[in-house]
Amino acid sequence: MMVYLDNSATTRPDPEVIRVLSDVMENIYGNPSSLHGLGGKAERLVKQAREAVAKTLGVSPKGIVFTSGGTESNNAAIKGAAFQYQNRGRHLITTEVEHASVYEVCRQLQELGWKVTFLPVDVQGRVRPEDVEKALTSETVLVSVMHVNNEVGTVQPVQAIGSLLQAYPKVLFHVDAVQSFGKIPLRPKEWGIDLLSLSGHKFHGPKGVGCLYIREGLQLMPLLVGGGQEEGYRSGTQNVPGIAAFAKAALLAAEKGKQHAPRLYQWKMEMLQKLQSKLSGMMVNGDLSREGCAPHILSLAFPGLKSEVIVHALEEEGVFVSSKSACSSKGEKPSRVLKAMGLSDEEAVGAIRISMGLDTTQSDVEACTDALLRVIPQLQQVMKVHGS
Amino acid sequence: MKYDLILIRYGELALKGKNRSDFENRLLENIRQKLKPFAGVKVKKTFGRIFVELGGRESEPVLRALTEVFGIVGISLAKQVPSELESIRQAAVELVQDLDPRPRTFKVAAKRSDKSFPHTSQELNHLIGGHVLRNTEDLRVDVHRPELTLKVEVRGKYTYLYGANLPGPGGLPVGSSGKVMLLLSGGIDSPVAGYLALKRGGVLEAVHFHSYPYTSERAKEKVVDLARILTRFGGRIRLHVVQFTEIQTEIRKHVQSSYSITVMRRFMLRIAEQIARNNQALALVTGESLGQVASQTLESMNVINAVTSYPILRPLVGMDKQEIMTISKKIGTYETSILPYEDCCTVFLPKAPKTRPDLKVTEEMEAKLDVDALVQKAVEETEVLDLRPDEKQEEEFSYF
Repeated sequence: MMVYLDNSATTRPDPEVIRVLSDVMENIYGNPSSLHGLGGKAERLVKQAREAVAKTLGVSPKGIVFTSGGTESNNAAIKGAAFQYQNRGRHLITTEVEHASVYEVCRQLQELGWKVTFLPVDVQGRVRPEDVEKALTSETVLVSVMHVNNEVGTVQPVQAIGSLLQAYPKVLFHVDAVQSFGKIPLRPKEWGIDLLSLSGHKFHGPKGVGCLYIREGLQLMPLLVGGGQEEGYRSGTQNVPGIAAFAKAALLAAEKGKQHAPRLYQWKMEMLQKLQSKLSGMMVNGDLSREGCAPHILSLAFPGLKSEVIVHALEEEGVFVSSKSACSSKGEKPSRVLKAMGLSDEEAVGAIRISMGLDTTQSDVEACTDALLRVIPQLQQVMKVHGS
Repeated sequence: MKYDLILIRYGELALKGKNRSDFENRLLENIRQKLKPFAGVKVKKTFGRIFVELGGRESEPVLRALTEVFGIVGISLAKQVPSELESIRQAAVELVQDLDPRPRTFKVAAKRSDKSFPHTSQELNHLIGGHVLRNTEDLRVDVHRPELTLKVEVRGKYTYLYGANLPGPGGLPVGSSGKVMLLLSGGIDSPVAGYLALKRGGVLEAVHFHSYPYTSERAKEKVVDLARILTRFGGRIRLHVVQFTEIQTEIRKHVQSSYSITVMRRFMLRIAEQIARNNQALALVTGESLGQVASQTLESMNVINAVTSYPILRPLVGMDKQEIMTISKKIGTYETSILPYEDCCTVFLPKAPKTRPDLKVTEEMEAKLDVDALVQKAVEETEVLDLRPDEKQEEEFSYF
């Protein structure tokens, strides 16, 4: 038995996505920039894929730029805006709980002379829109706030921030929506979002492909220059099979997510109830309200235990979960996000993340619950954690 | 707010008699065609007016479709309520309060075609107007220049209330003026010329000159896309794609390069005229504007035009580039027009085209070519594509 519940790290590609990927690789190998018929065919495929992705976001196809994934999209958005508009000012606003591909970009810009405000969050991991407004200066060019936190699942008030930023037309608004697409509603145009990042492998698409939505009329200094592909926003021969598969995955996720997301939330709450009634010494991180959290992420902390040990113990039971976010889980340091939410070092190093996907079933969740009920008391006993 | 009806007003009131009924029937038919994708929507002509019954559908997409039907001058959304005072009053308040922006002044113009209704038109004006005033803030009555004239018509069982007037596209219903043949390149101008010909009631067919391999398949696709956009206004459009390569290479071989454009355009007109004749089109339409490029000086037009006695309509002749671009953006052809593929006019563009060509010289140069045979062959080998607005654009790939 294998129960995969590390979907916020990556997802298992949908069989239909794999079929598209391999079919395009085999049959449509032309370079979209080539003038001949094979090139034309690939170009038309990319165009159709772009329209499909745009449709799922309710935006114009012109605003979709294909990239190599979430990290590139975040880099392209933040650096692109910072460099393009540096004459307006050199101040950026973001939060303490962003993904590393936003956080580290901001730190890098800081080293290059930009001023960056890292906004604090409350105990649930949420930034306050009024803090965003207070941090704005005449120098501010960009606000970057994630939609769903990848470690604890808390939904950020991006709609409220987008609407308050309407009064500041020169301040751009970037949203890292890598964890939210297909799980909760996302309307960049209506919400006043200028830049939005997506990553294919987080919603059962292939790795190495994502997109950046750029509001029409917005210029960005491109990260990659060269042949001028993607309207000059992103040079480099397009990853045609990846793009087609990405679009397929986006369509499937938008469709499936609508039905599946409410179920995920229900299973998450059922699991939590069982664990809380039977385990002691367990903390739940983030918001749990229906509106306030992503339905697929559950973050638990077991003070006194090491997350790595829990992950391995669960693995022996055939259950795969994560110690904080996968990208940073090899480091020893306690999670920056959990610390920002006010957890102590001891609490933060004992945190695990259970994340469901659009292919998760109720029995997966139940198997995980049972495994935790077996594993945690044993570990607590060995580690002599009080409360066990 | 939910509306039940759309009232369509049409103009060109000078039309009388049979012309008028032809016009109306044509418009009715065009509206029906346009609204075909909206199941449940009915189009009716009563009392000399055209109504669209929404049948419970959203009004917004239907309205948008109607703004693409030439001959419509104005569009009003209407509510249908039972003919009793309370329902009428309530609907009137809703209608006024739902307008964005809210009018500051208004008047009621009530009409009762049903004399058994207990209130006269005058009484109704007061009864309804007073009720709206009492229930709406910041609103005054202005009988002379109101921002909103709230029309109320009592007709038997039901009463109709009309709100704001939206402008229609104007013009004449497509089909009321016969058929024209548009010379369609991939540029900005010719689709706009086609749009304006449609606006004056012409049925549109288009001819495009394709010079593979000097111009790519993509350039042709772009023209197909442009013609397809025009079907939104024109219904079906037949596109004739002329294989122009041989003529261009012949011109290249035998004609002095400064005259090549002049000769090429003369060929285009000859071929277009022949195709127009074969398809019962009575005029050619081009996107030329006076003096824009070398071939559009009066001298050039004169020499080029000399090959045909067919009427050539040039709807853009009075426009600046900016005005043309504005229309192009409005009708949705601009983004496609600016895609950067070579077309047949740019590939063989000489370094120094003659801006003042001489007719005699032109004819001497053409004498080296077998003009009639080349034209005949081109006409015969023309590929015909029928484009329809209702065809679901065939998606090439079934992945999505």
